[in-house]
Amino acid sequence: MSAKVDTSLPLEYQTEQDRMNILGFWVFLGAEIVLFATLFGVYGVLYERFAGGPTHKDIFVIKDVMIQTVLLLTSSFTMGIAIFEMRRNNLKGLITWLVITLALGAGFLFMEINEFIHYAHEGATMQTSAFLSSLFVLLGTHGAHVTLGIGWATMVIIQLLKRGLTPTTARKTFIIGLYWHFLDVVWIFIFTFVYLKGLVA
Amino acid sequence: MGIKWDEFFITGDPLILGSQIAILLTMVGAVAGITYLKKWKYLWTEWLTTVDHKKIGIMYIISAVLMFFRGGMDGLLMKAQTSRPEMEFLNSQHYNEIFTTHGVIMILFMAMPFLIGLMNVVIPLQIGARDVAFPQLNALSFWLFFSGAMLFNISFVIGGSPDAGWTSYFPLAGKEFSPGIGNNFYAVALQIAGIGTLMTGINFIVTILKMRTKGMTLMKMPMFTWTTFVTSILIVAAFPIFTVALALMTFDRLYGTHFFTVSGGGMDMLWANLFWLWGHPEVYIVALPAFGIFSEVIATFSRKSLFGYKSMVFSILGIALLSMVVWVHHFYTMGSGPAVNSFFSITTMAIAIPTGVKMFNWLFTMRKGRIKITSAMLWALAFVPCFVIGGVTGVMLAMGAADYQYHNTLFLVAHFHYVLIPGVVFAVFAGLYYWWPKMFGFMLNEKIGKWHFWLFVIGFNVTFMPMFFLGLNGAVRRAYTYSAESGFAPLFMLSAIGSIVLAAGFAVFCYNIYWSIRYADRNISSDPWDARTLEWSTASPVQFYNFAKLPEVKSLDPFWHMKKKNEGLTLHDSEIEEIHMPSNSWVPIYMGVIFGIAGFFLVFEWHIAAAVAGIGIFAGLIIRSFDYNEGFHVSKEEIHRIENAWRKTEGEVHDHVS
Repeated sequence: MSAKVDTSLPLEYQTEQDRMNILGFWVFLGAEIVLFATLFGVYGVLYERFAGGPTHKDIFVIKDVMIQTVLLLTSSFTMGIAIFEMRRNNLKGLITWLVITLALGAGFLFMEINEFIHYAHEGATMQTSAFLSSLFVLLGTHGAHVTLGIGWATMVIIQLLKRGLTPTTARKTFIIGLYWHFLDVVWIFIFTFVYLKGLVA
Repeated sequence: MGIKWDEFFITGDPLILGSQIAILLTMVGAVAGITYLKKWKYLWTEWLTTVDHKKIGIMYIISAVLMFFRGGMDGLLMKAQTSRPEMEFLNSQHYNEIFTTHGVIMILFMAMPFLIGLMNVVIPLQIGARDVAFPQLNALSFWLFFSGAMLFNISFVIGGSPDAGWTSYFPLAGKEFSPGIGNNFYAVALQIAGIGTLMTGINFIVTILKMRTKGMTLMKMPMFTWTTFVTSILIVAAFPIFTVALALMTFDRLYGTHFFTVSGGGMDMLWANLFWLWGHPEVYIVALPAFGIFSEVIATFSRKSLFGYKSMVFSILGIALLSMVVWVHHFYTMGSGPAVNSFFSITTMAIAIPTGVKMFNWLFTMRKGRIKITSAMLWALAFVPCFVIGGVTGVMLAMGAADYQYHNTLFLVAHFHYVLIPGVVFAVFAGLYYWWPKMFGFMLNEKIGKWHFWLFVIGFNVTFMPMFFLGLNGAVRRAYTYSAESGFAPLFMLSAIGSIVLAAGFAVFCYNIYWSIRYADRNISSDPWDARTLEWSTASPVQFYNFAKLPEVKSLDPFWHMKKKNEGLTLHDSEIEEIHMPSNSWVPIYMGVIFGIAGFFLVFEWHIAAAVAGIGIFAGLIIRSFDYNEGFHVSKEEIHRIENAWRKTEGEVHDHVS
């Protein structure tokens, strides 16, 4: 509760409440790991249950997946630069890199929606088979997280524009940064265990 | 899609019609009463928008007691139906609905909120903090739980109750075999409440890690704090699994996916695995804090510090770890094979070891103690033998091979009631009698409390002991009736009589609350039990900022040592400083309501309306994001005034030292 400020620390860690918020978010990410692990587990159980419908090889387009991967991994890198600019107390740089991050995220999302439309055209919907149910829900949950992240980061950018860099806005920015990197890590698992494994199998 | 008006109100059952009328009258009565007494503003500012952990805890406890009533009525109806062979009191469908709601309500809407309520009241006080780490999130947790509970509860008058058991196994729970909307209520209401619980878990982990007062290392934490901490970790580890399972269930039921439906390549056993992967830790999520309560109560009323504190901590951690690797013991007979069954047999039986350690620690705590038999202590004493019966029958069930004999019989039902009722219900009663003066500044009546205790404990044993024998004789669970030739009738009758005694015990408990509110002595000390932990070093009821000066801790049972040495009890004027407190917020209750509305539409598969309500949820998140309310400061003068009102002489804590 106390508002004691320790200026020797980075901006986002300066008050006790901000430190607790960041720790709380790490714990929340722990819960998110369990959530995605469960979805991966479900996918792992169902991934060869095609029920006569399309298989991995019928629907995956590796080129598009590569583009998605590059977009998202780059966005994680730009998010890193954004936080770096925040540490340098450069508000303009921070916002610029955040906007670039979100643009890359939006590009990823655009590609993913196209991918889903493509699947649907191939007759692969989530009602088709257990494999596709688990695929759509796993990818969709990740995609929903990206969507939420874009909306959330937009709110943070508005607050940065309104209030500048304060311990509170810095903490919010730092937390959305953690969230964004987390989504990237999840994507690496999706790329490996869904797409690569699907194409190799 | 489309609005299913024909499925809206449940008609044609006199019991349900009576409930509908009763609910309507109660609501009208409550609204009229509050309006007449002009209490709306008080209700809104003091309770509905509060972020004070103690008030949130009290609201949790009130909700839990109401849910206890609802779940208990379900239990009584079941007992009435099975009291005689070929009984025609409830039909099979109605019976299915009742055992489903009984299970869900008792575990998720009674046991958990009761314990979380006690945690909310006690934990920040025990660790010498002014609040939890995230007060507004705490209020949100409560309102999400409440919203989920209400959504689940209206199912029996609007739309129809879920009827696939509290485990909701597929394919029974799927659209094919449960085409009504009852199981949608299960999927959606538990999801909403579950999100609230997850938030609570996160909140308490951070609170306990970061907000302990000066000097309180992890190994100096009171046992209830320890169990709450480990429980919170279990919540964070287990609840996301349930979140996913319920979401997949929702997809299967509402959008025609094939996760658990056997057509389209789905796998019904996947549900069983996901459910119990959450469901088994859930058993310990409710049991561990209860163990913590018993530890506090036994130590206080034996007037000794807890025996084997370190072994207690390690056994909690051991139980938590093992609880995550035993889930298959819930379905030994579903074809997992001998190797898998053996692994889960061994891990399951291993849980008896740390639990046994705890049992002996409690017994050794009492040994050579100066035991005071209060109501709270009675519950702890009765817990020991009753829980041992539950535990021993648990080890019987843990043997995979033997389980083929008694799975799906009343033996199992008797076992888990022997674990959950002594292990959780006795504990929350003990906790309530113990911490009641801290919450409200007066005690529950001890004499009525003993009536409550004896009726409840005798009723409990008479209800569930016969079920062991019924089960071993082959009486299956979930069956709504049985033939006269089976020979089950006398034991079923005995069990039904027991349930009436049990219910009488609960009624006496409610009467005790009523009596104590009206007549109990308000002039009690802040430490009526001569207790050991920090929550007793501050006023009863606790002032909203908890501690005028945060206490400093040097040992286990810090307050006890402060009293013994007569130091650290006084508060000097010069030590009073301004205190920063969080402001009330309407956002948590708004989120609860809007989640409830969205959930309701989703249950009825009115997707457009649900989407509109969903926008309301995002609006709430955005409002919260832009909220920069920094709270307020309590002035030195106000603290001075409040502290003076309860400390005997100016600047001093009362001088009781034993």
